[in-house]
Amino acid sequence: MIGRKRIMGMLVPCFTGACTAVIVLSVCAMVGIILANGLPGLTWEFLTTAPTEGMTNGGIFPAIFGTVILVLLMTVVGVPVGVITAVYLSEYVAQDSVLVRVIRFSVNTLAGIPSIVFGLFGLGFFVQFVGVGMDKLLTGGVSVRWGQPNVLWASLTMAILTLPVVIVSVEEAIRTVPRELREASLALGATRWETILKVVLPNSITGILTGAILAISRGAGEVAPILFTGAAYFLPHLPGSLTDQFMHLGYHVYIMSTQSPDVDATKGIQYSTTLVLLMLTFTLNFSAVILRSHLRRSLVRT
Amino acid sequence: MQNSEQKPADKIVTENLNLFYGAKQALCGISLRMAPKAITALIGPSGCGKSTYLRCLNRMNDLIPNVRVQGSVLIDGVDVFGPAIDVVELRTRVGMIFQKSNPFPKSIFENVAYGPRIQGVKNRAELDAIVEKCLKDAALWDEVKDDLHKSALAISGGQQQRLCIARALAVNPEVLLMDEPASALDPISTAKIEDLILELKRDYTIVIVTHNMQQAARVSDATAFFYMGELIEHGPTSKIFTSPQNKRTEEYVTGRFG
Repeated sequence: MIGRKRIMGMLVPCFTGACTAVIVLSVCAMVGIILANGLPGLTWEFLTTAPTEGMTNGGIFPAIFGTVILVLLMTVVGVPVGVITAVYLSEYVAQDSVLVRVIRFSVNTLAGIPSIVFGLFGLGFFVQFVGVGMDKLLTGGVSVRWGQPNVLWASLTMAILTLPVVIVSVEEAIRTVPRELREASLALGATRWETILKVVLPNSITGILTGAILAISRGAGEVAPILFTGAAYFLPHLPGSLTDQFMHLGYHVYIMSTQSPDVDATKGIQYSTTLVLLMLTFTLNFSAVILRSHLRRSLVRT
Repeated sequence: MQNSEQKPADKIVTENLNLFYGAKQALCGISLRMAPKAITALIGPSGCGKSTYLRCLNRMNDLIPNVRVQGSVLIDGVDVFGPAIDVVELRTRVGMIFQKSNPFPKSIFENVAYGPRIQGVKNRAELDAIVEKCLKDAALWDEVKDDLHKSALAISGGQQQRLCIARALAVNPEVLLMDEPASALDPISTAKIEDLILELKRDYTIVIVTHNMQQAARVSDATAFFYMGELIEHGPTSKIFTSPQNKRTEEYVTGRFG
């Protein structure tokens, strides 16, 4: 006779197997459809030339370029600030003080804010407040140079969006540095800051890089924050200065699929652009994993 | 409590040292004198406060929150808890070796050069000389001289502990505090460390915490017996072990408890 335990013993693996199948099949379906429809259009020309004939032909190089520039600026601003905040939170502040609780609450809240809100914040604060203020200061309000969407405001907005990711990764990495190493450094007559710089941070480099890469991959994919702060659908030239707007892969797909005058003609390009964006995100996430395991292995061995 | 022989210039003197972790008192009125260029052993059962006491001498207890210290610790006559004392500078004069060796995950060379680099030594030849001298003083040079750039984590436990000693010597301390330096090592490495400590006595004042009474008897000149946060008895090692005055001391050194 088959007892109840035996039935449960067979049901549970079936159930979990089914769930796994659903997840894996969904991913395969999604990737499969995009690959099937997008791969034909993925030529070298596609990746290196600009769009032509009202976005129905040509390539998406400006969008790739714009995405890269955005992500670069975002990282250059966001990662150092995130690292310094994480160092401050884990090394300098007493863990039960009010200040720490306020900072952590803010970081957690920041992580939960919808990205469209970041876009509105970027518009209201950076473009209309800081930008307009800078114009007033520098030119007496005569010319409009900073007070409009551009790549600088967009990357600053993205930097704030990805700050919690960086802070959490770096803090976690700093925490795994054993207390004994810090004590060894301090017992040799090093100051706290010297210990952080020469012992703690070098040992948390994995976490810092992981945080940076996760932030980058999130930043490359988010569209809402750059809607009003700097992304454009078509630009005659590549962005050359901080006051220029830029094209962006995700934004490009959005506009192309909703506002293009001839949506059907651009279908192939939409799929190919999505494929490029996916490949970018996959590569970034994958390299984070590889980098992490490589550094972990080398730290243990040496 | 008894006094050891009063030497004219005791290197380390603690007067009525009390330490509290929050409300709990861990050290009760410890008054102890330690002679220069001699080895003083602190013995006692687990939890008696000997490591806590040791960490007061280079103010490593400052790193623990909620710690309160009363009384004074005089090194060369100057109270290390005084207002004008630079803790960072103090720790270059009073070095510490920990129970479990904690080399940095860097090369052997970089470990020993860490202290001098912090102090501003940049000249490569100077660093080479310091590293060689300290590794020789720590009886490790012959074993590692062929590959100083090997990772410090790739050598054995006993070698790592000697590396930590070399690292501590590199900042030119006057005092070495050792917290059970050989307790994590096998007997042969332990013997090497003990020989090393006896050698180092020539140039450094050494305070060693140990729960191994045979080690204390072998190595030290003076011994202090701690029990439940109090200093029960202290004096020349031979006297403590052969004719202790206090009953509890006698029970401990004869192995009846602890």
